[in-house]
Amino acid sequence: MSLELTPVLSRTWDQDRSWTLDVYERHEGYAGLRAALKKAPDQVTQLVKDSELRGRGGAGFPTGMKWGFIPQGGDKPVYLVVNADESEPGTCKDIPLMMANPHELVEGVVIASYAIRAAHAFIYVRGEVVHVLRRMQAAVAEAYAAGYLGKDVLGSGYDLELTVHAGAGAYICGEETALLDSLEGRRGQPRLRPPFPAVAGLYASPTVINNVESIASVPAILRHGPAWFAAQGTDNENPKLRSKGFTLYSLSGHVTRPGQYEAPMGITLRELLDLTGGVREGHELKFWTPGGSSTPLLTADHLDVPLSYEGIAAAGSMLGTKALQVFDETTCVVRAVLRWTEFYAHESCGKCTPCREGTFWLVQILRRLEHGTGTREQMAEDLEKLLDICDNILGRSFCALGDGATSPITSSLEYFRDEYVAHAEQGGCPFDPAASTVFAAATGARPR
Amino acid sequence: MTESVSTQPGFDADTRARLVADAGEVIARYPRSRSALLPLLHLVQAEEGFVSPHGIELCAELLDITAAEVAAVATFYTMYKRRPNGEYSVGVCTNTLCAVMGGDQIFATLKEHLGVGHDETTEDGTVTLEHLECNAACDYAPVMMVNWEFFDNQTPESAVELVDDLRAGKLPTPTRGATLCTFKQVSRVLAGFPDGRGDEGPAAGPATLAGLRIYREQTSAGRRRKATEKDGEA
Repeated sequence: MSLELTPVLSRTWDQDRSWTLDVYERHEGYAGLRAALKKAPDQVTQLVKDSELRGRGGAGFPTGMKWGFIPQGGDKPVYLVVNADESEPGTCKDIPLMMANPHELVEGVVIASYAIRAAHAFIYVRGEVVHVLRRMQAAVAEAYAAGYLGKDVLGSGYDLELTVHAGAGAYICGEETALLDSLEGRRGQPRLRPPFPAVAGLYASPTVINNVESIASVPAILRHGPAWFAAQGTDNENPKLRSKGFTLYSLSGHVTRPGQYEAPMGITLRELLDLTGGVREGHELKFWTPGGSSTPLLTADHLDVPLSYEGIAAAGSMLGTKALQVFDETTCVVRAVLRWTEFYAHESCGKCTPCREGTFWLVQILRRLEHGTGTREQMAEDLEKLLDICDNILGRSFCALGDGATSPITSSLEYFRDEYVAHAEQGGCPFDPAASTVFAAATGARPR
Repeated sequence: MTESVSTQPGFDADTRARLVADAGEVIARYPRSRSALLPLLHLVQAEEGFVSPHGIELCAELLDITAAEVAAVATFYTMYKRRPNGEYSVGVCTNTLCAVMGGDQIFATLKEHLGVGHDETTEDGTVTLEHLECNAACDYAPVMMVNWEFFDNQTPESAVELVDDLRAGKLPTPTRGATLCTFKQVSRVLAGFPDGRGDEGPAAGPATLAGLRIYREQTSAGRRRKATEKDGEA
């Protein structure tokens, strides 16, 4: 059976002025909130637990369980913070979601805030997308005017303030505790856990931090019920080994039809490529990321691995953000890995020594390898040194940035060690960078 | 001493009063005032086109923290400029995917064409060229941003045309965004002051809608099939 797409989040994106309240309300907009307000907050949390929704921002932590961790009845205020700082390389789902339908997120924010009993919520949008920020600002203003936000939401007696906050350019702020520091007006640097944000988050108060897509998935769960959501996706007796619901898969790179594809959890890259015209014409798949550059690379041998949390983990990688970056045989894996490593070195916040120093040295060694400036003997040592440095970064810093930096290196050495060797043998990169471009066909460039 | 004061004149009384009033609005959005620091830095950048020493002083005064604390934050984030920025920030994504798809060639072409490197501004003060990290539009690679508006699916030729238009005072239309604003105007939106342009531009580009379009084809084909079956039964 061919792959069937299931647009839920994306269902209105092709409607005229889909970002407006008017259009959203005509497509069941805020019906989920109305349903939620008829229930007690804890019932709403239970419903999200029952749906088995897991975080769509990379870590895959059960959303309802996260809400349930918030201690209730204390004297500190509770906060909801939406992580809209989408910047993991390859990840491009939250930005188009907020541009096309910001109200789906606003509705999710009100439901989630109600469930955890927050009176103030924040949406932390990365700064480098001004039009998305405009759409979010406008949607929040519309929601206030319509009574979905502010005092006495829809006559329920529940009050909620929602602040849209723009970041200022720092990948690290996508890390939840760095985001909190940034939202407190500081440099975005991760915090040591415990205490976890559920206990001491924003202003040391109990805080839930959720990804945009996770929160935007909540209204549909309220509209259709948790059973409807949990009926989609993968199944297993062990709840930890199944992935429920629909999600946005972002396909990019050397493919015929890049874009956003909303499908049930657990489809395969082969199914998605079959549906969308495959790898670009005349070329073949070389390597891909399942969920951004911080998730270990996979190859053509993994085309039939289910794109689920457990499926990708079993293949030695991580589902991450479901950012499927596809590279064909014209791409030099050493060049690709060097560029990602330069990114991690640039974005390391500098707080933890293994990450700050380690990423710096990884770049130095990878540059020598990519440009073939070392001797063969040096190359063998360099490859060992790369793995040694990775070993000294992985698991030794406050946050996952350093861990992520090691993923492309260790996975590329696992699958493409010969290509590193070829660089040393040829005294440089054996690939023509013109051949990998989208305009290669037009300029007549061919792979060497 | 008086000389250094005259080269760093600070804001005139009217500007200062306006900024203080705006800052009050920003600070009121947060439970604790220091949370307003990032938007306030965007606000002073909106005034001067970069974060100046007296911009930093003003933020410190308004939030009752030291200038050193403000500077430590301002220099951490790449969107805050330490020198006057061009009217248009022209960014080319050179993270792996965009670089491989042509971003490296686009950046190299612009560098040569404009005669400036990363974070440098053309002599006429129009264009500041920048390397960008991933800007979350990978399905439109190679991607460029002008003042944080999307210019999707670029080539070296389209990039040259884009900067030539900017320098000639013509305003190219973003692929998914509003009419181009200046760097200062955009910084004001980032500070949290909407410019009323949210309704401009499309809801989505073709790649954003790729899945939905296939779904619509699938379902309309399904409907047609059902209709045919029904006709057959009749």
